Amino acid sequence: MPEPVTIILNGERRPVAAGSSVAAALLTMGVAARRSVSGEERSAVCGMGICEECRVMVDGRAGVRGCLVTCRDGMEVRTNG
Amino acid sequence: MSGGNPDVVIIGAGIVGAAIAERLSAERLKVIVVEADCAGSGATAAGMGHVVVMDDSEAQFALTAYSRRLWQEKEACWPKAAEYRRPGTLWVAADAEEFAAVEHKHAWYGAHGVQSEILTAGDLAREEPQLRPGLAGALRVPEDMVVYPPAAARWLVERARRQGAVYMQGARVEHTTGSVVTLASGTVLHTGGVIHAAGAQGGHLPVTIPVAPRKGHLAITDRAPGFLRHQIVELGYLKSAHGHETESVACNLQPRATGQVLIGSSRQYGVHTAAVELPMLHRMLRRALEYMPGLAGLPVVRTWTGFRAATPDGLPLIGRAPQCEGLWLATGHEGLGITTSLATAELLAAQMLGREAAIPAEPYSPSRFGEKSAHA
Repeated sequence: MPEPVTIILNGERRPVAAGSSVAAALLTMGVAARRSVSGEERSAVCGMGICEECRVMVDGRAGVRGCLVTCRDGMEVRTNG
Repeated sequence: MSGGNPDVVIIGAGIVGAAIAERLSAERLKVIVVEADCAGSGATAAGMGHVVVMDDSEAQFALTAYSRRLWQEKEACWPKAAEYRRPGTLWVAADAEEFAAVEHKHAWYGAHGVQSEILTAGDLAREEPQLRPGLAGALRVPEDMVVYPPAAARWLVERARRQGAVYMQGARVEHTTGSVVTLASGTVLHTGGVIHAAGAQGGHLPVTIPVAPRKGHLAITDRAPGFLRHQIVELGYLKSAHGHETESVACNLQPRATGQVLIGSSRQYGVHTAAVELPMLHRMLRRALEYMPGLAGLPVVRTWTGFRAATPDGLPLIGRAPQCEGLWLATGHEGLGITTSLATAELLAAQMLGREAAIPAEPYSPSRFGEKSAHA
């Protein structure tokens, strides 16, 4: 197993498996990517860029589909972003 | 509904069928609604939900103005999910020629008792700062509304059920006459009358009706509250929507209650597959960006399509089907089905119950196309 990388999730340092997508990392940690209009927690459904349910903020950029981005060391991820 | 045959079977629980079911069940008629998919899933789900008064003909005006009033009268009834709001419409003029049309439209509405106001270029920039600079102005129609059509249709079906209507979901009609409806499941319903409210889907009918599917695309962005305040329609829309080119697009933007921006519109004849077509979507989004460049910064989270039921003269078919006793039509509403659904239900109910309607029904009579369209 390669060494884990560390992302900064909502301000907290969290180790994740190297090569994980952001969506996979969030699912592994049990953290929802976003909340729906009615306040329900949402996470990746399709994992391939179609469903738009895993949108998060990555390094200050809003609306990024977590399933299409691979975790990098020091990457800042914000849910509900 | 107690025992015995229904008075009427309504085919289709889109916004039109649902409105009719609600209206007729309120009159204590025994109503069965058969819906192949689920309520509000067809053209209703592909409508923007813009409740708008139109002025392209006296008949179109009469129907849309009457129906908008009916939406407004129900204001207190709509559930939160129906997202009933009144942002008003801005008919945007790109140049001096279109601004002349704004002035004409303003005078016409005024003469017909519809409130509207002219916005200069400066007013328009203040009202909608995301519009590109250099537009000539706009006409604001403050009482136009926006609803979320599938939720409105579901609520109408629910209310019809509370009034005794029977709702059969997932029931596809194989064939119908004016008195016998045969479902794909083999179930046969005997009824006093049949109302076809299934939009452009008429394969089950014993007669041919002058309705053709006209495909449309929609796109919706992520939430961006405050980005846009009014329903924004380019005045060129009137040309493209009511012309008969095979393909056209127009800038039509709507602020949803969630803060999302709903983007339309496209019109295509002769296409029968529901897939999103990227070249058409591209054209539509390009048109929207020409008017509102800042949209480029909002991620589009969904795109989808639907089929409007278009008639040769742009007016719906409301009334008895020629050459088929017992069969009634409530279709052909094209891009105005959400707006005109409630008036359609009133007009049809009045005809079925032998009462006088609030507006003359003749302009929408299916018999206006003569007998030649009658037999399959």
